[in-house]
Amino acid sequence: MSDVFQHSLDRISRVRGVQGSMFVAAEDGLAVAQLLMAGVSGKVLAAFAASLARKASGAAAATGAGKVRFVQMQAAGGVLLVALGGELLVAVVADAGVNVGLARLEMIRAVDAAAAL
Amino acid sequence: MTTTVVETWTEVPLVKFIAQSSARLVVVMTPAGQVLAQHGFTKAVDLMSAAALGAAIMASSGALAQQVGEPGFAALYHAGQRHGIHLAGCETPRGRLIVLTVFGRETSIGLVQVFFDEFVSALKQAAPADQPRQPILAADFEHELNSSLASLFRR
Repeated sequence: MSDVFQHSLDRISRVRGVQGSMFVAAEDGLAVAQLLMAGVSGKVLAAFAASLARKASGAAAATGAGKVRFVQMQAAGGVLLVALGGELLVAVVADAGVNVGLARLEMIRAVDAAAAL
Repeated sequence: MTTTVVETWTEVPLVKFIAQSSARLVVVMTPAGQVLAQHGFTKAVDLMSAAALGAAIMASSGALAQQVGEPGFAALYHAGQRHGIHLAGCETPRGRLIVLTVFGRETSIGLVQVFFDEFVSALKQAAPADQPRQPILAADFEHELNSSLASLFRR
């Protein structure tokens, strides 16, 4: 199981600009597997990514938008990306100039691979 | 929801912790179960029960840790259907404290852990270093308990 996580995180980390990626337990906001550059706090990233995913899902449900698959939060210093699956989600922190499309593709693949376990 | 404190230096860090973590109930106490601050309790008996049970859990888990050669367990987490419980100790200039946090599905254990770390730092900064806590003697226990309850529930 951990090989699947590691392989997925390796692929995501090859996208230029990605500073860290991790699988997070969606319900608990705890890290399951992570690949982070120094200076990125996995504990904080996991907690806030799960919180962001929950709030985005709540907003989507309230507005009838349906199931949320991907969240992109653009900030001045970088970008936080979250791909939602079942029990696990994939969170990525990256530079502002990251290729979001490529990162998104790898992240969706990662959550699908985790869901298939 | 009410937040009340016996020792005023705990109030600002506690209020911030509650706002950030969205915790429903919080008790800050000594390892003996003496309550220094609380949030969310409306009945004295509930608060005292929670404090006594929390202190007892920390004491028994500490003893268990010693048996397996650990200096102690940093934190305990119990996941329930509707609520989670986070129980952890921290060292402050006023001595060791135990914090019991009860939270619902509006937040997560991950967020509670993140903001608990900030709460501990704030408690350490706010604690008056020049007044180490004196141990409560058995003879003073009832008076201390009544005094704490009066402060916490404005009786």
